Amino acid sequence: MKPRIALRRPTVPAVVLDATLLAMVGVTVLGFFLIDTKGLKAGPASLKLLSDLTKMFSRPVALHFSLPEALYAVLVTLGLAFLTTLLGAALALLLGPFAAKNLGRPAVAGALKAIVAFVRAVPTVLWVLIFAVGAGLGSVAAVVGMTFHSFGYLIKAYSEAFEDIDASVIEALRASGATWFQVVWRAVIPSSTSALVSWTFIRFEINFANAVAMGAAAGAGGVGYDLFMASGFYFNIGEVGFITYLILFVAIFLEIGATRLRARQHVQR
Amino acid sequence: MIASLEVRKTFRRRNLVALGSFALIAALTLGSSVVTAFDWPASLRSFPKALDWMAANFIPDGRALRNAPKIGAKLAETLLVSVMATVLAAACSFFMAILGSKTTRLHPLVSGFVRLVASLCRNIPVVAWAMIFLLSFGQNVLTGLLSLFIGTFGFLTRAFMETVDETAESSVEALKASGAPWLATVTQAVVPSILPQVASWILYMVETNIRDATLVGILTGTGIGFLFDLYYKSLNFPSAAFVVLCIIVLVILIETLSNALRRLML
Repeated sequence: MKPRIALRRPTVPAVVLDATLLAMVGVTVLGFFLIDTKGLKAGPASLKLLSDLTKMFSRPVALHFSLPEALYAVLVTLGLAFLTTLLGAALALLLGPFAAKNLGRPAVAGALKAIVAFVRAVPTVLWVLIFAVGAGLGSVAAVVGMTFHSFGYLIKAYSEAFEDIDASVIEALRASGATWFQVVWRAVIPSSTSALVSWTFIRFEINFANAVAMGAAAGAGGVGYDLFMASGFYFNIGEVGFITYLILFVAIFLEIGATRLRARQHVQR
Repeated sequence: MIASLEVRKTFRRRNLVALGSFALIAALTLGSSVVTAFDWPASLRSFPKALDWMAANFIPDGRALRNAPKIGAKLAETLLVSVMATVLAAACSFFMAILGSKTTRLHPLVSGFVRLVASLCRNIPVVAWAMIFLLSFGQNVLTGLLSLFIGTFGFLTRAFMETVDETAESSVEALKASGAPWLATVTQAVVPSILPQVASWILYMVETNIRDATLVGILTGTGIGFLFDLYYKSLNFPSAAFVVLCIIVLVILIETLSNALRRLML
């Protein structure tokens, strides 16, 4: 009998890939036996969920606030997201050049990346709650706490955008006697503007969802707080539906904006 | 002469754009500060205050260490829920992405439907899903699992669709031209070529979901988020700090592991 020809020889990447996927599936299957659902009956709960979903999407109502009040709450959430994005972007723009491999010292870039990894490892809500003890619950704790993650995200995005810049441009400028500051300010930042704008807008989109979350979980106000009250306090599914629609409209609008900016950036490259 | 005029015009236009953007940002900043009642001086003061407070109160102590078994159990539960939500969502997204992608779709209507569902799932924030599921599933670990699942499903479906379009478009075209049936094209060409990217996205989502699970846990009273909230609200800050420390260690471990796996896979 002829030996079978091995069409796909097992390579390291293929083995690692299979092992990773297999391990994940294994953990998931094991998880069904391990998690404690406290005897929840999934059947009746699912039926209730189905009727809840139908009710909230077909009959949204506003009971505890008027439409102008709800729109104002959306504006508050957008405001929180904007301030957070602004602060995060300003900090990231300031420190981004130092974190980029082609501009900063390797030691500084490495240290910055380590700090950022630490900052991003703490969930946003915990940053906000930690700052709430010092600054009190409200917009200050929310914005400062959310800024940590925005900064961590944007400095990574910005420094990678800076690293994408043609090395010969930087070399030419240096050779003609430009200072480091001139290279960054006159060449690197202007030529990566579209990438910076696109990443910042994507972060704004994320921050909107974060601001909703902080309103619900950390007393930051805005539409997230209304959502929390409607569901956790009044148990009113119609009102939850009303607020969900509002959030959904804004989020889809932001997503379309982010997608357009990203597409434009790809065209420019 | 003409050239210098052109240059001057370009520069003037560039300055105008810069000035306009600056004015817009300033106006939006002012508007946002007013609407959210944001106190700029207080925000600056909050930094030293928070750091002072953390140095004084937010240090794990002996009592916190005695909570280690409890914290460990909740941390394990959170990790488990994050992996489960991600894997289940990835499995669904995988099929949906193949039906939804422009390259492999069977019918534009099906593709449109998939895109709509995915968009609904990801544009309603995970918090909102958690608050919705809370009404039917109560304070249960399934509430968190379900909300993470929906959010991840929405996100991964889009990510996978983009991956299919980017990596498999040319091979699908070639196979179509040679008359290969749809199923064979998908299983033999599309799936193998997108699998490494799919695994990479899954690793990324596990990381994200651990952080999101903390948030969802605070709202739904489950997992590590619940434990943090418990210690935080009972002013047991050393234990709360210990929880944060454990989360940091877990997230950085997972991040390091997934980076290593990614390097080996791609």
